[in-house]
Amino acid sequence: MPKRTDIKKILIIGSGPIVISQACEFDYSGTQACKVLKQEGYKVILVNSNPATIMTDPEMADSTYVEPITVETIAKIIAKERPDALLPTLGGQTALNTAVGLAGKGILKKYKVETIGANIKAIKKGEDRKLFKEAMKKIGLGLPKSDKAYNLKEACAVVKTLGFPVVIRPSFTLGGTGGSVAYNIEEFKELAKRGLESSMISEILIEESVIGWKEFELEVMRDIKDDVVIICSIENFDPMGVHTGDSITVAPIQTLTDKEYQKMRDAAIACIREIGVETGGSNIQFAVHPETGRMVIIEMNPRVSRSSALASKATGFPIAKIAAKLAVGYTLDEIPNDITKKTPACFEPTIDYCVVKVPRFTFEKFPKADPTLTVSMKSVGEVMAIGRTFKEALQKALRSLEIGLAGLDDLKYSPNDDELEKNLRVPNALRVLYIKQAIKRGNSINDIYKLTRIDPWFLENIRQIVELEGEIKSELKLTHEESSVDLPRTFNQKVRGLLRKAKEFGFSDLQLARLLNQSEDAIRKWRKDLGINPSYKLVDTCAAEFEALTPYYYSTYESQ
Amino acid sequence: MEAILALEDGRIFRGQSFGAKGERYGEVVFNTSMTGYQEILTDPSYKGQIVTMTYPLIGNYGINSEDVESHKLFVEGFVVKEYSKIASNWRAQKTLEGYLKENNILGIEGIDTRALTLHIREAGAMKAVLSTEDPNDKSLVQKAKDSPGLIGCDLVKEVTNRKKYIWSKIEKARFKVIVLDCGVKYNILRELLKHKCQVIIVPADTKADEILEMKPDGLLLSNGPGDPAAVKYVIETTRRLIGKVPIFGICLGHQMLGLAFGGKTYKLKFGHHGANHPVKDLKTGKVSITVQNHGFCVDIDSLNKKEIEITHINLNDQTLEGMRHKKLPIFSVQFHPEASSGPHDAQYLFGEFIEMMKKYA
Repeated sequence: MPKRTDIKKILIIGSGPIVISQACEFDYSGTQACKVLKQEGYKVILVNSNPATIMTDPEMADSTYVEPITVETIAKIIAKERPDALLPTLGGQTALNTAVGLAGKGILKKYKVETIGANIKAIKKGEDRKLFKEAMKKIGLGLPKSDKAYNLKEACAVVKTLGFPVVIRPSFTLGGTGGSVAYNIEEFKELAKRGLESSMISEILIEESVIGWKEFELEVMRDIKDDVVIICSIENFDPMGVHTGDSITVAPIQTLTDKEYQKMRDAAIACIREIGVETGGSNIQFAVHPETGRMVIIEMNPRVSRSSALASKATGFPIAKIAAKLAVGYTLDEIPNDITKKTPACFEPTIDYCVVKVPRFTFEKFPKADPTLTVSMKSVGEVMAIGRTFKEALQKALRSLEIGLAGLDDLKYSPNDDELEKNLRVPNALRVLYIKQAIKRGNSINDIYKLTRIDPWFLENIRQIVELEGEIKSELKLTHEESSVDLPRTFNQKVRGLLRKAKEFGFSDLQLARLLNQSEDAIRKWRKDLGINPSYKLVDTCAAEFEALTPYYYSTYESQ
Repeated sequence: MEAILALEDGRIFRGQSFGAKGERYGEVVFNTSMTGYQEILTDPSYKGQIVTMTYPLIGNYGINSEDVESHKLFVEGFVVKEYSKIASNWRAQKTLEGYLKENNILGIEGIDTRALTLHIREAGAMKAVLSTEDPNDKSLVQKAKDSPGLIGCDLVKEVTNRKKYIWSKIEKARFKVIVLDCGVKYNILRELLKHKCQVIIVPADTKADEILEMKPDGLLLSNGPGDPAAVKYVIETTRRLIGKVPIFGICLGHQMLGLAFGGKTYKLKFGHHGANHPVKDLKTGKVSITVQNHGFCVDIDSLNKKEIEITHINLNDQTLEGMRHKKLPIFSVQFHPEASSGPHDAQYLFGEFIEMMKKYA
């Protein structure tokens, strides 16, 4: 279907100020949408209260309003500009909530503004936990047991039927704000009260705990003729109980068989159809019991999300850009793949590398904040790294955090066994380093799994990094001590192989320098002398099956 | 232990052996699926091929007893960037390495599989040797050159079950379906059973008369390995059955129908092996994401359009993905509606087969 000609002017709502859980991802998605819609010849009206964004640059939209994102202000803008359509799915939760508010006040109806992307009914169905649960029940998808409450008394009645621990989730908030886990009745009362207060409609959902289950996400896109594709699958390193925004996440999914993945794919497709997101992207989250495989659907965001930004960069498939095109009537098979140009966007990206996202925390700036990671988001940013193995991508991501790590480094102190155990059990910003410490102390993968519930596959990969680090220290040091001031120029094949393997495992020169008591420059020179250099591989959406015309590279250590 | 993959054009890839020891030859192809290695290993269509996975981390979820597509492994060799030493999944029973060793299949890891894939994309799928025994590059390249390759080679006879058998007897079957086994994947049989069909599998060289004597309600021409044009007896059987019984062809079965209709097949440069191929149903305009595994293809232009209607097209390269006879109850697809591994988008085609049998019963 060609693009719509019955709409001329489109209003886009941005996400406003940068807060925890809503950062520059939505500037990225909004900017892409503005560009695309202008290119397609639409007049774009933009509202965003945050002038420190790219989308509010003068050339991005036809008219830009740097005004508060409130129903009242936007109602005035609508009255003045009289747009034909409102695209609310690219400005995060703020835009979505505002659209619901505008509809509730009858403003959209009054000025005949059509919502495109997701309609108000779909937004409510996706966002309201009760409606969502009913919809998922209707299509036969598994859910955690739960019930909702509007006051403390109701809440206490519900928790009696579920037992502890339970998750308390307020409806209509930003990024899971106020969502929390209670392990006993005292905690529960306190958290339920806080949850009721933070909900825009004083409503909380109390849910059977799926803490410790494996957590997965799928990025899904749908077009107006109902073709649906999965853009990216994501597995959370940290199991359920840690907000996705605070989890280390990995793309694609690593530990599900094809049978299990396809079941999840079917569920995601059924979900986006039932919720009724007509065009564009959605993020759908699942939990899987690690021992039984029971799969439950956790939530869906009927909009472009933080994970969509990650998925776009991880796969080379520009979700926001395509979502904007789908919103004005194009179908997936009419849009060319941005990278290959020759094949259509109607396909599922396949990748030939591993992507790791690590959240960045700044608890030092919030001395009163509890550094335990929970179901409410606390991180202030994230880094993404690409490698040919999980080990390489993890180490690259850790050093990209700019918190002084050169890779999977040691902790800055030596915790006693109790401290170590606590930091494995209770999710925190540096848990991955505590895992390393535990492995160094000889704890088994199974013991660490029992404490962290982090999948043994991830733990095994960390163990391999630790093991190689040990080998580097013992094997290379010996050779080095025999030599004079400089590292020796000639090494036997074994030593060269070990250094090469270290690079393949994502060790940086700085990391090796620290391990071998050398300067980073000395290690670099030594490595180059030995002919160990990075190669650059393309992110191309198709694992090299088709030629990529858009250059987008990552470095790795391989033959070409 | 070192293992070497040598291609007939002289390109050498060195890695570490992680499966059985020995030496095997085959056509080296790449598969772009990120999951489903167990299904791929046990798919008879991979007979004669050394399979490279483009996804670098393979073996993570191990091996279980359920996700098999036949009674054994058929790939000639398995090439990965990094195999997982541990199997992590609640259904896992063994590791990939153990599985390959047990079944005497060579595996090689530590390969720059993207470099290999790019090479195949540019130069085409080619003959290769995988060895843990011969360290001599020159001799290996020569062996690759001397190996038979796929063109003109009947691999169906290597994989077909030599005896007729029934796939799980059922009470009150709606239809009796004969599956001509050119290397059938179990999930085709499972899907037919789901639709309450009594499924009888017969060897590929079963004659048309023998099939008709069984009074089938429908015939399924299965998937299978290699060059369809080399399997003359199946083309002949198919030709004789046209118009006598409703027919559904999948993959190699689709190619057999193409040839039986008087069309031609040709070899694709590097084939379609992956789980993300968009296929458009020309009647509805809907797109299915399909799993595919074929190196040969029916030439669209060679088909008589007065008799044959083109029903499905691959959106990546516009090749033929499905056809239907305009008058007779016959249709076929190049992709795998049974999935396993791969998406379920096209499973509705089994329903169409059932409808067709109902109409002609």
